[in-house]
Amino acid sequence: MTTDGKTPRGITPSQTVGPFFAYALTPNGRYPFETLAGNDMAVPGAAGEVVTISGRVLDGEGKPVADAFLEIWQADGEGRYPAGGASGNTGFRGFARAETLDEGRFEVRTVKPGPVPAPGGGLQAPHLCIGLFARGVLRRLYTRLYFPEDGAMHAGDAVLALVPAERRDTLIARRSGDGRYVFDIVLNGPDETVFFEA
Amino acid sequence: MSIIYPLNSLASHPPYLAPDYVSTRLRSPSRPLVILPHTLSELTGPAFGHDVVRENHMDLTVHHAGEPLGERIIVTGRVTDEDGRPIPDTLIEIWQANAAGRYVHVNDQHPAPLDPNFTGAGRCVTGPDGSYRFVTIRPGAYPWRNHHNAWRPAHIHLSLFGPSFLTRLVTQMYFPGDPLLAIDPIYQSIPDAAARERLVSRFDLETTVPEWALGYRFDIVLRGRGQTPWEDPHDD
Repeated sequence: MTTDGKTPRGITPSQTVGPFFAYALTPNGRYPFETLAGNDMAVPGAAGEVVTISGRVLDGEGKPVADAFLEIWQADGEGRYPAGGASGNTGFRGFARAETLDEGRFEVRTVKPGPVPAPGGGLQAPHLCIGLFARGVLRRLYTRLYFPEDGAMHAGDAVLALVPAERRDTLIARRSGDGRYVFDIVLNGPDETVFFEA
Repeated sequence: MSIIYPLNSLASHPPYLAPDYVSTRLRSPSRPLVILPHTLSELTGPAFGHDVVRENHMDLTVHHAGEPLGERIIVTGRVTDEDGRPIPDTLIEIWQANAAGRYVHVNDQHPAPLDPNFTGAGRCVTGPDGSYRFVTIRPGAYPWRNHHNAWRPAHIHLSLFGPSFLTRLVTQMYFPGDPLLAIDPIYQSIPDAAARERLVSRFDLETTVPEWALGYRFDIVLRGRGQTPWEDPHDD
């Protein structure tokens, strides 16, 4: 920051959230502060099939990361990103926060997004944008979650085409039941999830 | 590839792997990141806070029956993008240790006292000119287990959204003249000295309120779309 009152050059660098963010960012009834965004964005009236996504966050030795949180940003079932806070008049906000607890587990309840426009025309396969924050993570990690039943769209998806074929599976959730998916995020190591720079 | 927010701005950030900060070793990607075009998914972002943020959330000293112990301070500044444009109506969340260096988090085992009158969480929404203001207590330094005799410099955590998924920022604000900055692996993880200095707030007598609280200024710069090149007509 400059001290002469001029607009500073360069962006403010990132720092880790550290281990003690929960009472401010994910209080969820355990701390006396109102929760701003919880892990359920499937409000009544939101367009799309209600789905539950659960998974674990693991470190480079396969140990659970129990002090992380995910932020999810997504379109609704008709592929609309909320503008000005909500999508149309459905109250869908497209944003959730899910903390990891015991065994590094998280869960998110939402609606399955529809395809959204791709740059230069066409559509992107349905996906969730996931930002991950934790102690030991100096800057948000960005990954995406895709759905296993959309294989035909994945084949033509411009973003997935940028991912080495042998690592694409790390971005595709596994169906574990009706409306239920499992998506593990591995921060480091041979099974490492694909992370993006954007 | 449609890159809307210039990627070279990201050089201000620390790398994911900073071995002196031991926790990064098993929590940082070892494979190259995949460079992504900026699609509608990245160029949009959550906008919220107005309905949840209450007026007293910006004053962390009034959340309990009594006043917290410690040195009352004011932290204020402006949020702009890197092209100098103010970022209005964006949510800022903060959290911090109390004056003794203790967090209310259940996992904080530092044997320093909790303060029944201080939780240490606050939030506000930036004004039309991107300005914000918090009233709080100067946090204490505290020990951590990264290495022998490791102490974190006093800091306040800040979380900001900005207009898109790509402008999201979580960072820490430090205090001027803190001798612990030189030996803190988290602060020192930022390779560029000028970028590091942007995390150090500035004591400001104009912000200071006589006989009440010291003032610190901390301006925050989020990524911009680079639509206009840097230019300062008053820069002589």
